[in-house]
Amino acid sequence: MNWIAVSSIYKFEMTRFFRTITQSFVSPVLSTSLYFVVFGAAIGSRIQEVEGISYGAFIVPGLIMLSVITQSISNASFGIYFPKFIGTVFELLSAPINFIEIVLGYVGAAATKALFIGVIILGTAFFFVDITIQHPVWMVLFLVLTCVSFSLFGFIIGIWAGNFEQLQLVPLLIITPLVFLGGSFYSITMLPPVWQVISHFNPVVYLISGFRWSFFGAADVPILISLCAIAGFTALCLAVIWWIFRTGWRIRQ
Amino acid sequence: MSDIVEIYDLRKAYDDGFEALKGVTLNIKKGEILALLGPNGAGKTTLISTVCGITTSTSGSVKVDGHDTVSDYRAARSMIGLVPQEINLEPFETVMSTVRFSRGLFGKPKNDVALENILKQLSLWDKKDTQIRALSGGMKRRVLIAKALAHDPRVLFLDEPTAGVDVELRRDMWEIVAELKADGVTIILTTHYIEEAEAIADRIGVIAHGELLLVEDKDKLMARMGKKQLTVQLSKPIKKLPARLKSDALVLASDGASLIYTYDTRAERTGITKLLSDVAAAGLVLTDIETSQSSLEDIFVDLVKEDAA
Repeated sequence: MNWIAVSSIYKFEMTRFFRTITQSFVSPVLSTSLYFVVFGAAIGSRIQEVEGISYGAFIVPGLIMLSVITQSISNASFGIYFPKFIGTVFELLSAPINFIEIVLGYVGAAATKALFIGVIILGTAFFFVDITIQHPVWMVLFLVLTCVSFSLFGFIIGIWAGNFEQLQLVPLLIITPLVFLGGSFYSITMLPPVWQVISHFNPVVYLISGFRWSFFGAADVPILISLCAIAGFTALCLAVIWWIFRTGWRIRQ
Repeated sequence: MSDIVEIYDLRKAYDDGFEALKGVTLNIKKGEILALLGPNGAGKTTLISTVCGITTSTSGSVKVDGHDTVSDYRAARSMIGLVPQEINLEPFETVMSTVRFSRGLFGKPKNDVALENILKQLSLWDKKDTQIRALSGGMKRRVLIAKALAHDPRVLFLDEPTAGVDVELRRDMWEIVAELKADGVTIILTTHYIEEAEAIADRIGVIAHGELLLVEDKDKLMARMGKKQLTVQLSKPIKKLPARLKSDALVLASDGASLIYTYDTRAERTGITKLLSDVAAAGLVLTDIETSQSSLEDIFVDLVKEDAA
């Protein structure tokens, strides 16, 4: 393993993140605060408790997941798309590194950034609502796994994308609806039976359910299934990335 | 001199069937400067990209210092530095950070003293904290060279380093290349400019339509060009050369109407005076005299034309 190369890519990507520190930190804090003001204080005060939890607290795990998923995808996809776009990718291809090292560097940095933002949102949430985390170790595990798996997914999008529109396409048309309909702001048990069944085909449901369980001890689906779902998604992304580098698809002619 | 790069029967066909390389075999000697000349689309960049790992080959093999670029890519690529044709740089990075990144990418531990030397050699040291977007085109090209040298490569590929740069910068580039050669770096550069190859190369390769048409020592090539031909038109055709005119340098044209004399313009005595007096003494009458010289340009154009035909 060329660890120096991995850490070089990682540091390079993190520097970009810290260079735009205001954007990176202020915008998630601001948008989360707005969610709490609107859904927690304004509308939330008129919504009855969900599964015995105040609505303001109930949406915290969903809000964190929403940001972490979108941030993971956008960080990782931009991270690898940008070198392709400006042509500096030649350096990655001609360096004595293999795809595992490239992925570790880019995906590691993207996941770290997303994790930072997740933690910041959690910190912000403490200012607005009263929450206790029942299973902190599981909470961290779910958070880290989500950051990693969606950063892997973002990396795939970044390699696939041929222009900036395509880079935005998948997050906008697929991920955002899946996350919103994945129970970020509600328990899927609140849905009519038909929609409950349909929701079980949405992979994000398992993530948010498991993550919420680590906070409150209540879940829409069994915790083990949640874990399997995210592990399966991670494995699938890894397999696709392995195939991409084996065939050189969209990167090496 | 031993060979540091061995390219054997390298072929590259794209999915659409286009053959960019049609079996190139080329050995590059340690420490030399090899110039690859060829028109646009000849396959120069494809050849370099394939050696460096940016493009995969369809068949054939490349070894760098004995390491296969596919099966032993880490060892092979560690030895190679590549300066691409296009100015591909992260606009918001500073010069130092991008050069440091390149060194790290090749697995070399941080060594800012070594990078300082490289930047100073390329007159970039006072720009080290400048963002790349604020640099001039010439400076950006230097940054590309600095990045390629950051991991101390033994073989440096320069893909058209002086395309579109002004005369002054071109001279600077040549000086940089000469200094690198003095440090023992093997250099392969591609160019359209024949005078560039003449000015700095030890050997010259001509490539067209994906084939290597010629690789020769520059001096030999120059010597061939240094040769001039003198054609003497005779008033009446003759059947054979008179005995007193017989020499290796003189031949009778197939129609018998002219004599062709080849001589070296750089020699102390060209032998023209003696030839003309001998011709007169042999009783031949001259109607005209003309001389012609082939340049590298002619050789190059002829080769490329022959290949196209």
